[in-house]
Amino acid sequence: MTLGIDLSRIHPGFPDPVRGSQTVFRAIMDAVARPGLAVALNKAPEAPAPLARATGAIALTLLDFETPVWLDAGVLAGEAQAWLRFHCGCPLTSETQDAAFAFITRPEDGPPLSAFNAGDAKYPDRSTTVVIQLPHLEGGRPVRLKGPGIKGERTIAPQGLPGDFWEQVADNNSAFQFGVDVILASGDLLMGLPRSLQIQTEGA
Amino acid sequence: MAYVSVKGGEKAIENAHQWLAEERRGDPTVEEVAVAQIREQLSLAVDRVMAEGSCYDRDLAALAVKQAGGDLPEAIFLVRAYRTTLPRFGGSEPVDTERMNVRRRISAAFKDIPGGQVLGPTFDYTHRLLDFRLAADGAAPPEPAPLANEPQAWPMPTIGSVFAHEDLLEHDVRSGDDAPFDLTREPMSFPAGRDQRLQALARGDEGFLLSLAYSSQRGWGSTHPLCGEIRLGEVAVEFIPEELGFPIEIGEVTLTECQMLSGFAGSAQKAPQFTRGYGLAFGHSERKAMSMAIVDRALRRGEVGEDVDAPVQDEEFVLYHSDNVEASGFVQHLKLPHYVDFQADLQLVRRLRREHFERLNPSKEAAE
Amino acid sequence: MSTAATRPNEAERYYNYAYLDEQTKRMIRRAILKALAIPGYQAPFGSREMPVPYGWGTGGIQLTAAIIGPDDVYKCIDQGADDTTNAVSIRKFFARVADVATTEDTAEATIIQTRHRIPEQPLKAGQVLVFQVPQPEPLRGLEARETETRAMHAYEEYGLQYVSLYENISAFGRIAATAGYPVMVEERYLMSPSPIPKFDNPKMDDNEAILLFGAGREKRIYAIPPHTRVRSLDFEDYPFEVQTWEENCALCGAEDSYLDEVVLDDAGNRMFVCSDSHHCGQRRAEGHVGPMAGHQLANPVAEDGQ
Repeated sequence: MTLGIDLSRIHPGFPDPVRGSQTVFRAIMDAVARPGLAVALNKAPEAPAPLARATGAIALTLLDFETPVWLDAGVLAGEAQAWLRFHCGCPLTSETQDAAFAFITRPEDGPPLSAFNAGDAKYPDRSTTVVIQLPHLEGGRPVRLKGPGIKGERTIAPQGLPGDFWEQVADNNSAFQFGVDVILASGDLLMGLPRSLQIQTEGA
Repeated sequence: MAYVSVKGGEKAIENAHQWLAEERRGDPTVEEVAVAQIREQLSLAVDRVMAEGSCYDRDLAALAVKQAGGDLPEAIFLVRAYRTTLPRFGGSEPVDTERMNVRRRISAAFKDIPGGQVLGPTFDYTHRLLDFRLAADGAAPPEPAPLANEPQAWPMPTIGSVFAHEDLLEHDVRSGDDAPFDLTREPMSFPAGRDQRLQALARGDEGFLLSLAYSSQRGWGSTHPLCGEIRLGEVAVEFIPEELGFPIEIGEVTLTECQMLSGFAGSAQKAPQFTRGYGLAFGHSERKAMSMAIVDRALRRGEVGEDVDAPVQDEEFVLYHSDNVEASGFVQHLKLPHYVDFQADLQLVRRLRREHFERLNPSKEAAE
Repeated sequence: MSTAATRPNEAERYYNYAYLDEQTKRMIRRAILKALAIPGYQAPFGSREMPVPYGWGTGGIQLTAAIIGPDDVYKCIDQGADDTTNAVSIRKFFARVADVATTEDTAEATIIQTRHRIPEQPLKAGQVLVFQVPQPEPLRGLEARETETRAMHAYEEYGLQYVSLYENISAFGRIAATAGYPVMVEERYLMSPSPIPKFDNPKMDDNEAILLFGAGREKRIYAIPPHTRVRSLDFEDYPFEVQTWEENCALCGAEDSYLDEVVLDDAGNRMFVCSDSHHCGQRRAEGHVGPMAGHQLANPVAEDGQ
C-alpha cells in the first residue's frame, strides 16, 4: 500500500492485536460504564509522542477505516500521526463535525466540546468520542459526578483541563440525548465521562 | 401416562447431528452425489444459492446445496455465514452488461431490436411433461445445440439505446461517486436509497419477491410493467488494485438482468415518459430478476409521485421482510424453549379466567 | 495488519479468535460504548450473519464475541437453565472458538449470556450480563414502522405506550403484560428488557453488573450501565407488580424464585420448580428441601457428563 509513510520509523502497535485490543476494550468498557473511575491498562504498548500509553491503546482498539479521526496540533506535529494511520488505517479529518473520534493532547488550546458532533435526535450515537490526554487524573479541581454507572456520587479531580472545561461538560450533558462522550487518558489510566453524567463543581 | 423428563445436553445434540448426516446421505447403497455433479447438473439451484447467499462461487454453493440436503434457504444460510468471515479487499468496478457475452436476450416491447431476439437456453416453451428418459440410468448426454450462423452482437445494446434519440425512457442516474450502501456492513436505514434497496432485493428471497411482484400485477400497487428486456450471459469483473491504479480483469460472472418498463403520466414539471424497474441476479435466475425489477419499480412510487397503498410499494415492509436468512431464523426460533414467558402467560390467563367466572357468578364464588 | 495469535485450539484456526474478525469486533465495540453512554437507546450496528440462525441468539453471540477473552469465565443460560439445548450449543461454541472456561456457577462467571431470564443470585461488579433480544423495539407491537418508532424515541413521545397500558387495564382490570414488560431507563428512553418475565424487571434497577442487549436480526445494541435507574411502567392506582406463586419450588423449597411449571401426567398433576437451575441446585446443596425433593428432575442423568 502506498501510504507515504516511512515504515522503518513506525513504532509497533499491540504485540498481539487480538488479545491486546480485547483486554484494552474491556478496560474502556468498564471506564465508560463506571464513569469517573480511573481504570488501569496493563497491556498497553508504548505509543509514540505525544501520546500516552492509554491514549495510544484507545486508538489501536477502536479506530479503523470506518472512523474519521480529528487530531489536535499536538498529535499532528508528532510521530503519532503516521503511527495512527499505519496501525489503524483511519481517515483523518480537519472538520470537527465529521469526526467519530477526536484526540486532544493540548486541552488548553483545543476546540470546545461544542465544536464536535453531538449526534442527531434519532441517532444520538453518531456523535464524536473525544479523547483528552492529561498529565494526571488527580490533583486538579474536584468535581462531583452523578448518574448512570455511579452509586450515589463520585468525586474526581483530573489535572490539566481548561478553566471552563466543566462548564462545557455541563452544557454538553444537559443536552442529553445529544452530546459528545469524553474519555480522559493519562499514563496508562483512563476515565470515562459519558454524556449521561450530571456535573457539580465543588463550591458551585 | 407419566412423562419422563430428559436433561438435554451436548450428547443429544451430537446424536441429532449424526442422525441428520445419515438422513442427508440417504440409502448408502445409492451412489453419493458429487459436488461437481450438483454444480453442473443442478446449476439453477446453485445459481439461486449464489444470488441469495451474496457470494459468487459455484463450488461453494454446490457444496452448500449438498450439505443442506437440497434445502435451498439452508444452503443460502451456509454460504452467508461463510461469506461474512471472508476478508474484504475492496469493491469491483461496476460491471457493464452491454458488454455481456449474451446467451439469451429477449424484449417483449419490440418485435426486433438492435442485437436481435435471442431465445437461448430457456424453459419457456418446453411442454411440462415429465421426461421419463431422464429417469433411465446412463443415458447419453444430449446432442449439443446447433451453433448460430452468425456470432452474437457484441457489445449488445441495451433497451435504453432504442429510446435514446427520443428521450422516451428515463435515463439511468448515477447516484454520485460515493461508495454504494452496503447492507453487509451497515444496518438498514430509511428512507432507503436505491442502492440499498437494490442490494436488499438482490439478496432477497425469490419466493417473497415473486409474490410481491404478482400482487402488484394483480392491482395491489400496480405499475403496469412490460418486460423491456431480459438478458443472460457472462460479464467481466474488473478491479483496480491500489498499487496499480488501473482496472484489471479478475474473472467473469454469469448474470441475469431485467429492465421492466412502466408508464409515467408526467407531472407539472416533467413530460410523460417511460420509467424503469431494474433486476439483476447472479446466474440464470429470470424469475428472480423479473420479480426484482417489478418490486424495484413499485418502490420508486415516491420519486414518481404515486400514492402508497399496497405492500409492494412500502419500502419498510418490503426491505425488512425480504431476507430469508432473517425470516427463516426468526420464524423457526419459535421452536426454542419459551417456558418462562409461557409460564407468565399461563399464570395471567388462569387469573383472568378466574376473575371472569367470579364476575359472571358472584353467588357461586360465595358458595365455594 | 496481522491478527495471528498463538492459541492452543488449533482446530479452530480457520476462524479468528472468538469467530468474528477484528474489524467486526471493533464496530461492535464502538456500538457498545455509545449504547452505554446513552442508556436504553438502541444503537444500530452492522450485525453479521452468524453460524447460528437469526432469532437463536445472534445478537448475544456477537456481543459476547466482541468482549470475551481467554481469561473470562463464561456461563450461558436459556430460560434460566444451563442445560437447555440452545444454551448448551452456544456455550460449546465459545468454549471452542474463544478457548474460554465455562461454568454454571452464576457467581463465578465474568460473562453470562442469557435468553429470557436474569439469574436469581444478585450480580456483582465486574460481571457482564449479555441478553439475547428478539425484538429490541418496545413499541413495535403498537407501531410496526421503524421510521415512526425511532421518531417516538427521538422526541420522547411515549403516549402511545401509556394509552396501550391504560386500555389493558380497562379490558382486564390490570396491566396484562407478563414478559418483555417495558421499562423506562433514567426517565428518558423506553426500553424492552427482552422477553424476561416481569418478575425479573426490578433486578435491572441499580444493578451492579453491566447489562448489554443484542438483537442480531434487528441489528441493534443497547445497554444499561451499573447503578442505572430502571423503572417498570405503571400508574399510581395500578402499581407495577411481579408474578408470585402459591407454590414453592418442589425441589428446593424456594419461596421467592421464578418457577417453571412441569407437567407430570395427563391428569392435571404438575410440579413447580425453579427456572434458574443453578440457583435451585445450589440451594439443594445447602440443604434446602422442597416437597418433591426426591423427584428425578433433581438429579437428572447428565448425558454429557457436565
